[in-house]
Amino acid sequence: MLEAKNISYKVGGKNIINHCSVEVRPGRFTAVVGPNGAGKTSLLKIISGDMSRYAGEVLINKRNISDLRSDDLSILRAVLPQHTTVNFPFTIEQVIEIGRFAHKTIREHNNVVIDEVMQHTALLDFRGRTYQTLSGGEQQRVQMARVMAQLWDQSNHPKYLLLDEPTSSLDLSQQHALLGLAKSLCKRNIGVLAILHDLNLASQYADEVLFLKQGSPVAYGPVLGVMTKSIIEETFAHPVEVIYDEWTNRPRVFPLMARVPHSIQDQIKQYTYEHAIDR
Amino acid sequence: MQISVSYKMYNASAVVITALSLLLLMLFLYSMSIGAVPISVSEILRILLSKIGLLDSKATDVQNLVLMNIRLPRLLFTVLIGAGLGIAGSSLQGLFRNPLVEPGTIGVSSGAALGAIIVIMGGKFVGISMSITEGLGQWLLPLFSFIGGIIATLITLQLGKVEGKTQITILILGGVAITALMSAVIGLGIFYADEQQLRTFSFWTLGDLSGATWHKVLLLTPLVLLPAIALSGLARPLNAIALGEAEAFHSGVNIERVKVIVVFCCALAVGTSVAFAGIIGFVGLVVPHIIRMCFSPNHEIVLPASALGGACLLLISDMIARTIVSPAELPIGIITAVIGTPFFIYLLTATKKKKMF
Repeated sequence: MLEAKNISYKVGGKNIINHCSVEVRPGRFTAVVGPNGAGKTSLLKIISGDMSRYAGEVLINKRNISDLRSDDLSILRAVLPQHTTVNFPFTIEQVIEIGRFAHKTIREHNNVVIDEVMQHTALLDFRGRTYQTLSGGEQQRVQMARVMAQLWDQSNHPKYLLLDEPTSSLDLSQQHALLGLAKSLCKRNIGVLAILHDLNLASQYADEVLFLKQGSPVAYGPVLGVMTKSIIEETFAHPVEVIYDEWTNRPRVFPLMARVPHSIQDQIKQYTYEHAIDR
Repeated sequence: MQISVSYKMYNASAVVITALSLLLLMLFLYSMSIGAVPISVSEILRILLSKIGLLDSKATDVQNLVLMNIRLPRLLFTVLIGAGLGIAGSSLQGLFRNPLVEPGTIGVSSGAALGAIIVIMGGKFVGISMSITEGLGQWLLPLFSFIGGIIATLITLQLGKVEGKTQITILILGGVAITALMSAVIGLGIFYADEQQLRTFSFWTLGDLSGATWHKVLLLTPLVLLPAIALSGLARPLNAIALGEAEAFHSGVNIERVKVIVVFCCALAVGTSVAFAGIIGFVGLVVPHIIRMCFSPNHEIVLPASALGGACLLLISDMIARTIVSPAELPIGIITAVIGTPFFIYLLTATKKKKMF
């Protein structure tokens, strides 16, 4: 398990994160949601080991991450950023191969892994292409292949994938393709933690959701328990309606427009009241 | 132009390295045959083989002397300096993820220049007239410029530290600040310098390979080769750093260790080169680009190939510098820029069309 215990983080006397805890279990998908500036990215950076000056502790498979060397840590967890630029004209295979950096495996095995993750990410047609010439969505798929290559080997200990708003620049089908890949990794004894902006993506893919506001947790628990009108409105300070979607067995969130005529608002309220889960 | 199309780079890498090594060897032999005393390439091989007792050579004493005491040390000197500048430039560009970086960016060249002008000017202040080409002076100048280069680099490195981690942007700005300060002090030196000192210093800033001796080659060899070997070992971490520092760390790279090794090794290799041969611009900046554009951005190729390419470029430049205004000699820095720039601009326009940047 990857556990962040009672994390607090201050910058220049300002609290960025306040007593925040989260657990990422292998095989589970945990989403972190919250408004801009809620401390989501800082929390992810602390959990991934990028920052060292925080209060509380982060344990990965019961070992404190600050005691682990960067190469040992990278065997256990991979991080997918929002967007990655490469300044030199690397081919996509060279980019994906970087995921194998810390693995002491032979080159033939690494090549097999690279082939497999390229197949899973539908990149085989892009063989030999220069990373810089790909579109944003394709580049993100290459990066996903890279972090998959990092976690691909079978092992006895669980591993973790951290995603920082991975879908923010992707179109509809790319968003679902990427989160679907992340979800499929859960079957390989991998725990996933993702910062997501889209509440409906969070409710469709996550098992647990952490709501953050101004660095403090508002709610944390299984999707059906926390993806509610009151918690979302408290976190985002914006009116929403939430219904239970029978097809997916997941909550569905309808954010309301800022200026909606009262008559339409009443109709939406009437409809969602009939379908609400937290009446 | 991109030879490599797959990640199975090891074959391409071997081909590129072998080809460049052969090119270097041919240039080296040809370069040895050129000069005021003509010696044919076959005669050179004979002389060299006779030295290890394999063949008898019919070469004259003059040919023997010129080859063994003048040309061989000078060309070895040239190869070492070119290789040091090439590999230092490519590893710094890789570390900083910035194609505009050159060894001067970390302050080493300007620090070394300050050390040099202190020695050139210093004699006047302490009241001894001293030559910088013979006796004590010929060792004092490299010593001071080496120390100057290292100190400037250490200050730059220290300036770049934020909360215990090296911030590349701050490091580069620190290098700019140190360079500006050093230039001011050098400017002050130039203001007070007499005609002769001024001339000595200007020639030094344009680079000069004519001071090569066996002693210097022996001293230079470990100081350039050891950093070059250490830097070659950093190919994979530097590839990962191309994605960004955070991404490299997430992939398992010990970023701080890589930064310290690269900066220190570059300071050592470049500091030594500048100390013995003055400031030879351009090689460290452009050779890595030429290698990247011709072959691959993979550092497993770029690092060793930049060392070989730097040596080749400097050998060619030196050949021209020695012959074009013979019996006089042009400063090497002029030649590296004059032959490197057009080639670089050609590659740049060719690459722009292929949208590789």
